[in-house]
Amino acid sequence: MAQGPGLSLRVDRLALGPGAPLFCDLRMQVAPGTILALLGPSGVGKTTLLRILSGAERRWQGEVQVGNLPAAQAPTPGYVFQDARLLPWLSAADNLRAVAPDLTDARIDELLCQVGLVGHKDAWPHALSGGMQRRLALARALSVNPDLLLLDEPFVSLDRSMVRDLQALFLRVFRAGNPTVIIVTHDPEDAACMADRAVVLHGRPAHVIADVTLAGRPGQRSAADIARLARDLARAGAPAAVLT
Amino acid sequence: MTGTPDDAAGSALSGWQGTRQPDRGAGADVLSDGNTGGAPWLELASLPLLLLIWQVAAWMSQSRFLPGPVRVAAEIRDLAAGGPLIGDFGLTLLRALAGFAVAMVVGTLLGIALGRTRWADRLFAPWVVVGLNIPAIVVGIICYISLGLSDVALILAVVINKVPLVATMMREGVRALSADYDELAATFRMSRARYLRRVLVPQLIPYLLAAARAGLALVWKMVLVFEVLGSDGGVGFRVGLYFQMFDMTGILAYTCCFVAIIMALEYGVLRPTERRVLQWRRDRG
Repeated sequence: MAQGPGLSLRVDRLALGPGAPLFCDLRMQVAPGTILALLGPSGVGKTTLLRILSGAERRWQGEVQVGNLPAAQAPTPGYVFQDARLLPWLSAADNLRAVAPDLTDARIDELLCQVGLVGHKDAWPHALSGGMQRRLALARALSVNPDLLLLDEPFVSLDRSMVRDLQALFLRVFRAGNPTVIIVTHDPEDAACMADRAVVLHGRPAHVIADVTLAGRPGQRSAADIARLARDLARAGAPAAVLT
Repeated sequence: MTGTPDDAAGSALSGWQGTRQPDRGAGADVLSDGNTGGAPWLELASLPLLLLIWQVAAWMSQSRFLPGPVRVAAEIRDLAAGGPLIGDFGLTLLRALAGFAVAMVVGTLLGIALGRTRWADRLFAPWVVVGLNIPAIVVGIICYISLGLSDVALILAVVINKVPLVATMMREGVRALSADYDELAATFRMSRARYLRRVLVPQLIPYLLAAARAGLALVWKMVLVFEVLGSDGGVGFRVGLYFQMFDMTGILAYTCCFVAIIMALEYGVLRPTERRVLQWRRDRG
């Protein structure tokens, strides 16, 4: 994985239906290699922002640069969906090949090993537990060799111990390649644990109500630090009802 | 960069806003898994039991209108050895396969078009309903009157009768396609060919198999009826002749061969294909 690109985002307008637009003159800059947590209430547009960055969303006006390229022309980002979204008719290995057809068997083994799924190459997705499916989704995201990783609530609906395991895994992956990472999450603790910067969106049209650089390095913070950062983050930006 | 509303037509955005069941897979309920429970020998014993009942009934009735399976088997042997049986079945098979293939291709393309394009569905859905409800025999008669008693007319009649069924099933398949998987394909920038092979076709396969199975049964029956109606050879033509001579043994001989071919297709082609392409669902249990 290469050093991640910087991001420059300016969405002049995005309306998905009648009523107020989702975004209106939203601007954001992300330095190369940053792990940025994007927080905010449901429906504020966090996932849509990820879709814009991935190049999959086209109903907007403005300018988004990934490195020096428009988002739609930038190299394919790694994307982890909220629901793993594995293709149930393909084996684990074929799920990786579906997005990266040139993968060699050795590379597939390496990716599955990286996410702790050794020996599950031929498994159907439904034969894997929820946590293993998320790991496979991460392996799929990594299979395109991305320098930009977009994670949409990667820990939602998982129990706490599994979340901790996955957070450790994700952090290992981040350290291995230093990609630019955007994590969408509802949970300030996820942000405090994994990110080095957190942005909170609120309202409609969505606007940034907090943009916080988190002290310390992700993965090296103590439990007490994480709890304190999460509290600070809640206090600094979002209404408590949103973040807790 | 500026996005346009047209670019967004059919976008997968609604996928993450609406209800979804991506893990279940599209078309999950179209075909049964063939797992009906009970001991496997019951299925093996089923046909011998039918033959036994038939033989007992023939023996009890002692009627020339109900020959037993042994006599019918002897008739089949005679018809196959020096009679017209092989030629008749060859002709009927060719007609059925031609009608089936054309109807599957046309029906599938039409169904995909109707499922993908709202205006086309609105415009042509009533045509499909009409097509589904017109009696097959009427279509056959119209084709024969228009084109003469030819194979082209027969195959066209089969196609006209079968296309609405296939189109309806494929349209439902397309409507059930998961927008989530479209979004996945867009996000990972899959090529069109890879999208078709890895994402679209696997979702449509259950519908395609269901349409093939339902369509095959329909095609057989229609070809036979149209052969009775106006043809110079084939199973239907021969059964029509035996009917005029009240030759029940000949009729049953052709019927048994017909059933044997259907069973061979079911167990030799359809079920193995289904098992192979839907293995992931069977393994799910």
